[in-house]
Amino acid sequence: MSPYWPSLFGGMLLGLACILLFLFNGRIAGISGIMGKMLGRERRLADLAFVAGLLAGPYTYAAAFGRLPDITIAAPWPLILIAGVLVGFGTRMGSGCTSGHGIMGLARFSRRSIAATVTFLISGICAATIAGALS
Amino acid sequence: MKNPVVARVALALAAGALFGFGLSLSGMVDPARVSGFLDVASGHWDPSLVFVLGGAVMVAVPGVLLSRCLARPILAEDFSLPAKTRIDRPLITGSAIFGIGWGLAGFCPGPALSAFALGLTPVVLFVCAMIAGMLVHDRLYAKQP
Repeated sequence: MSPYWPSLFGGMLLGLACILLFLFNGRIAGISGIMGKMLGRERRLADLAFVAGLLAGPYTYAAAFGRLPDITIAAPWPLILIAGVLVGFGTRMGSGCTSGHGIMGLARFSRRSIAATVTFLISGICAATIAGALS
Repeated sequence: MKNPVVARVALALAAGALFGFGLSLSGMVDPARVSGFLDVASGHWDPSLVFVLGGAVMVAVPGVLLSRCLARPILAEDFSLPAKTRIDRPLITGSAIFGIGWGLAGFCPGPALSAFALGLTPVVLFVCAMIAGMLVHDRLYAKQP
C-alpha cells in the first residue's frame, strides 16, 4: 500500500482529535503548550489525561496492527540532546509547535500560526538537509 | 451534563489517545520518516508527511467553522484562544529554533512524548532534553508575558 494513505488517515485523526478537544473542552491541542503548563503552575487533570492518551498511542497502534510503529533514530546522542533542548526552548519561545500552530493555528487561519509554521518548516528543512549532507 | 470536570477529563483522554494513534499511523512518530521529509536533498525525498498536515487541517477547518456557530464549548465555559495576534520577534525566533531541533533529530513534541511510552533510550534522552529546554526558557523569561 502506498505510504500516503496511512499518512493521510493518520493526519485526519490528528485533526479529529484537535477538533474534539476544541468543540467539547474549548482547548487548543498544542502539545508544547500542554507540556509547558504541566511543568509550570497551571496543572489540569484534563491535560494529564490528554498526555496519558498520547502515551497510549504506540500501544493502541500495536493492538490494531499487531506490531509497534517503526521508530528509527539516526542522530547520535549528543545531537539528540542538542535537538531536544532546541525543540523545548524554541516551542516555548514561539508559543507552539507542529500541533498548536501547525494544525489548529492553520485551521483557524491565525496569522501568527501561519508565520510560525512557515518559519519552522523552513528552518527544519534547512537543518535536516544540512545534517543529511554532512552525515 | 452532571459533572463537566469528569466529562472533560474523559474527553481529553479520548482525544489524546486518538492523537497518539494518529501519530503512530501517520508515520510522524518515526524520526527517520520525518528526516526523509525534511531532508529535501537526500535524493530520495519522502513527501508523505505533507499528507499528515494536509489531512489534519482538512478535518480541523470544518470543526473550527462549526465552533463559530456555538456560543460556548459543549463541556466548558468558553473557547480559550491565544490572546496575542501580532507577529513578533519571539514567535519567529522561537519557531526558527524549534525547526532546527526538529530537523536535526526528526522529533517534535507530540511524537517524542508519544514515543516516550516505548522507553527507547534515545527518545528518553530527547524528551528529557526537551523538558530541560522548556524549563530553561521559562526561567529566563519568567517575568515576561
